[in-house]
Amino acid sequence: MTISTGAGDVDRRLLMDRSVAGRRAFTLPESDVPAQGLPDSAFLRDDVELPEVSQLEVIRYFSVLSQLNFSIDTNFYPLGSCTMKYNPKINDELSNLPGLADIHPLQPDETVQGAIRLLKGLQDDLGEITGLPGVSLAPLAGAQGEYAGLLIARAYHEARNDSERVVAIVPDSAHGTNPASAAMAGLEVATVRSDEQGNVDVENLRELADGRTAVFMLTIPNTLGLFEPNILEITKIIHDAGGLVYADGANLNALLGIVKLGDLGVDICHSNLHKTFSTPHGGGGPGSGPVMVTDELAKFLPKPVAELTGDGYVLTTHAESIGAINGFHGSFSIAARAYAYIKALGLEGLRSVSENAVISANYIQAKLKDKYALAADRYCMHETVLSASLQKKRGVAGLDIAKRLLDFGIHAPTMYFPMIVDEALMVEPTESESKETLDHFIAVMRQIDDEIDASPELVLEAPHDLPVTRLDEAKAARRPVLRWTADE
Amino acid sequence: MASVNSYVNTSVNHPYIPSTDSERAEMLGVIGVDSLDGLLGDIPAEHRHPSLNLAPGLSEQELSSVFVTIAAENASSSNGYISFLGAGAYSHYIPSTVRSILQRGEFVTAYTPYQPEAAQGTLQVGFEFQTVICQLTGMEVANAGMYDGPTAFAEACLMAARVTKRTRVGVLSSIDARLPDTLRAYSKYQGIEIVSIDPDVLEIPDDLACIGIQSPNFFGGIEDVERLTELAHASGALSVVHVNPTALGMFKAPGEFDVDIVTADGQPLGVPMAFGGPYVGLFACKKAHIRQMPGRIIGRTTDTKGRTGYALTLQTREQHIRRERATSNICTSTQLIGLMVTVYVATLGKQGMKDLSNLCYQKAHYAASEINRLADFSVDVSGTFFHEFVVSCPTDPARVNAALLRQKIIGGLDISDRSDNGMLICVTETSSKADIDRLVAALSEIGVTS
Repeated sequence: MTISTGAGDVDRRLLMDRSVAGRRAFTLPESDVPAQGLPDSAFLRDDVELPEVSQLEVIRYFSVLSQLNFSIDTNFYPLGSCTMKYNPKINDELSNLPGLADIHPLQPDETVQGAIRLLKGLQDDLGEITGLPGVSLAPLAGAQGEYAGLLIARAYHEARNDSERVVAIVPDSAHGTNPASAAMAGLEVATVRSDEQGNVDVENLRELADGRTAVFMLTIPNTLGLFEPNILEITKIIHDAGGLVYADGANLNALLGIVKLGDLGVDICHSNLHKTFSTPHGGGGPGSGPVMVTDELAKFLPKPVAELTGDGYVLTTHAESIGAINGFHGSFSIAARAYAYIKALGLEGLRSVSENAVISANYIQAKLKDKYALAADRYCMHETVLSASLQKKRGVAGLDIAKRLLDFGIHAPTMYFPMIVDEALMVEPTESESKETLDHFIAVMRQIDDEIDASPELVLEAPHDLPVTRLDEAKAARRPVLRWTADE
Repeated sequence: MASVNSYVNTSVNHPYIPSTDSERAEMLGVIGVDSLDGLLGDIPAEHRHPSLNLAPGLSEQELSSVFVTIAAENASSSNGYISFLGAGAYSHYIPSTVRSILQRGEFVTAYTPYQPEAAQGTLQVGFEFQTVICQLTGMEVANAGMYDGPTAFAEACLMAARVTKRTRVGVLSSIDARLPDTLRAYSKYQGIEIVSIDPDVLEIPDDLACIGIQSPNFFGGIEDVERLTELAHASGALSVVHVNPTALGMFKAPGEFDVDIVTADGQPLGVPMAFGGPYVGLFACKKAHIRQMPGRIIGRTTDTKGRTGYALTLQTREQHIRRERATSNICTSTQLIGLMVTVYVATLGKQGMKDLSNLCYQKAHYAASEINRLADFSVDVSGTFFHEFVVSCPTDPARVNAALLRQKIIGGLDISDRSDNGMLICVTETSSKADIDRLVAALSEIGVTS
């Protein structure tokens, strides 16, 4: 097993339950200024209830907790649509250099020329890779990049006094943030069907696209891991109706150096730096979701955009900008990591990333399709969506297979997404994994399929050897316990 | 087309990519195609393999040199500058424990804990994070984290609108403009109107969803949160308070004043300033409003063997279930920054948070009184403030800052757009008395010459 839990159960007591009055993990320096009078006691609090533990207890507590996790550093993590690739260590190190980690966001531009030059460099590279040259690195995650993209689309229509455009067309296979962001942007959501091949139903799209269409939101490749063969026709239908095409760049890892979204008629896209450009997922963020647009739309980009002028590098905001979508300039130290990644790989390296990601996904698909049904029986891009529908008929659900994988030290694929696929298991191996790892995964998936008939309880009750077995999630929601309290 | 696969055809692999030429050939054989292009048939041929203007890849050593050069082009404490900037991002000492735990790849390279059995570490840390945020703010419940302070504040105002079913949001005129700016971007198409409220107001319109308060406010002053909260509640509005968590070591927690929603930027709690991010938004509220709360929430439960475990909970509020009817489109909890905050607060602990607050308070008050002694500068020290205050300069603060910069001093934020010749100065525990005296001496010279 990959998880070392030591001898017996891990001590899971919370910090407050380890607290002993008088212990400390840290001391502050004595004040070196003359004593200043305190404010009126009406403003002051008596006590802050916080842990009192020694420094070793802090280190050991969090170190032991870390060992209860699966992670890319320790496990194969074929989580579809999440692009769990290797996060190069040098990127963490460089983003934390003095001069980068300790600069204040409101310093005058002349004192942060290196930082703005870095942002400009990343903007240029992302513009080149996507073929959409207007770039703002401000969005703090994919969902924010997507929301910024929608605000840009609305600003574009409003600037043309085309105010009737209030509909976002979204495929039925779309990620949940697409309709959620559209709703935030005040757009009505119209759903376009997928055909039996997993493509956008072009005839259905033609019926939906009209004078009320603000934007069509399309994930490229789509959430089935497939490239839309009718992409040029799709973007033309939307443009002919007067709408814009927004590409969700969650799956950009398939396309580096293979095709530019801008060449396909895409007007706006975002990219998740924490997927394609290797920045760590951190157990659920921080992310970074830069938004890229055509030259025509660049004036609407959110605040700020880095530019090179006669006076050096500056952060600018266009008069027609959609404005600030968060506090400062985006996730700078995430941008620094992505910039380091692009520089380390270069043009040929980035091409190789996508080529290997596509080959690895198709290899897994080819080796498993006699046991697991495919959402679409054709070549995929960087991920393959399997269906556990055949296994379900034998009494085991996709969820059970996902949980059983954990026993082998392999993280589960993305389950039950996209929603249009029965018992979906979305597998994205990424270019980071060796053929031996892919072969091990394939062997385990085949073994689990065998277990369904031979010893189904192994699958149905999995996982067996992790820090916990399956959790009672209904209980967690019914009677929420969301923090430590003294009276337990 | 010949150059397209030139990298792939070389016999040396990039360190980030393991597959060799022969392994790729073997895999393509299993797939049943001759080359990669056999897999790309759905991509319009005329757009396949475009030319790209990108530099060749660098070795790790070359890459390091590039970054060392970039970093050296910035002014920071590492090349001899001292700074008195605050206004939403704060310089604090980061303990070794935070930096050490942040090296754990098991935390850094994990995904969102959708498979709780394989993510108990991340989940228990998130539960600890929720606990310390509740303890610091005095609130009943907290979520697992938002993007940053301003987005947390914006989401809090939208939540107040949902709870009260009202569409006008009151915001005190003393708050950081970044907060209402972000709210505007978040609420533009939701029919929300933003109304500015004077902090000394005695009555408010009776149709507000909330009063948005910042305390300490943008100018550093402590607001009368208790009175404003009573005023809000009297008209059926909620009270939304944006705090600086460092101040909560000594100043009364918003929870003591019956506040409904508390937000903050978690950056001061052990997170590098890093030119603006990533940070984490803190978000806490009364338990009664929990089902309207945005963001991820971690709850405690038990496994099939009765053992304690943690899992994401109340997910029916979220976009992956609710889609266009979700409470927010947010799909992150900025978990790693939440980890830094949790380790930081655990490290400082009960006494450390108190000491830290007091140290910031002492140093800032010393600086304010010394600057106020200068003939040409003044500070209004009559109100209660924490570690930021406004200096009235004898001339345009931009000119003062330019003169300070020549002495490797990054002065306070020029807020002359909000306060006449005003400069917002922040002093934390990272400024020594010598640094403060250096600033005061430099200002004294500028006063004479300006």
